[in-house]
Amino acid sequence: VRFSLLLSFQAAMTKLGQWLCGLALLGSAWAALALAPPGLQLPAPFRQALLPLPIYLLVTFGCYSLATVGYRLATFNDCQEAAAELQEHISAARTDLRRRGLRF
Amino acid sequence: MAAGSADKFSVLLPTYNERENLPLVVWLLARTFQESGNNYEIIIIDDGSPDGTQEIAEQLEKIYGSDKILLRPRARKLGLGTAYIHGMKHATGNFIVIMDADLSHHPKFIPEFIRKQKEGNFDIVSGTRYKGNGGVYGWDLKRKLISRGANFLTQVLLRPGASDLTGSFRLYRKEVLQKLMDKCVSKGYVFQMEMIVRARQLGFTIGEVPISFVDRVYGESKLGGNEIVSFLKGLLTLFATT
Repeated sequence: VRFSLLLSFQAAMTKLGQWLCGLALLGSAWAALALAPPGLQLPAPFRQALLPLPIYLLVTFGCYSLATVGYRLATFNDCQEAAAELQEHISAARTDLRRRGLRF
Repeated sequence: MAAGSADKFSVLLPTYNERENLPLVVWLLARTFQESGNNYEIIIIDDGSPDGTQEIAEQLEKIYGSDKILLRPRARKLGLGTAYIHGMKHATGNFIVIMDADLSHHPKFIPEFIRKQKEGNFDIVSGTRYKGNGGVYGWDLKRKLISRGANFLTQVLLRPGASDLTGSFRLYRKEVLQKLMDKCVSKGYVFQMEMIVRARQLGFTIGEVPISFVDRVYGESKLGGNEIVSFLKGLLTLFATT
């Protein structure tokens, strides 16, 4: 049921809307846990890890982005054979078209 | 649905100052379709090119026949989206191929698009430079970086389900392209992106085929700051409205 609810949210909302919803959800969860009043607080170690979590996630995402783009850049295929083949095809085309009466 | 032999492929070629390349593209297309045995037509939409593109298109029409080469020119440069709409009005095929007329796209990939389309009964088959053995020739490191960076941003923001959003070498079912043209409003690179995004919204299926993109003009037309800015504006608009 939850999954289909998620799907219908996705269908109804713009990407921006989905991001804002997601951030609102995570943000309020984080705020509730990190800024809870003394009676409802998690044990100290958890709270210490929780507070800087948003920054950690941002930095992690930044590193992931750099690594991914870097990897994709490095593995971007260079189509040497395609270029060479195209040159051959161009010559063949010009010859044949001239034979058929094309005036370039 | 009748057997494969009843399929006809209409290739839309919007041209502007392609006097040099047009005969070569048409020759390659004709040869490709003859070898694969598919029924085809090529619709040339020239936007009043001053270099004589229309004149050479007329010669090609005489050589290949007016059933295979359809000339549907326009008076002046009116943009890609309207060129597709204009071309589609005259298309008698049930599939439409869109591609660049400057030889950056090689017609040899079209039979692979057709095969892929049959394999998955896809509504759209998109050529991708970013997957499999797809790739690019003639780009320096900076251009490749911009390309990969922009694509990454697009994937993160739009989660489009296709690896190459700004590519313009695609095969569409005719009805699908007609529906999409009605809905799309952007220009330039963003137009090609919007087509894929809207296609997903409407529930159309998209298959991908790796292609090689041979850029022979990059040296002359650099990717300027203006284009990057308009790409980003368009991307954010799609992000906020789809």
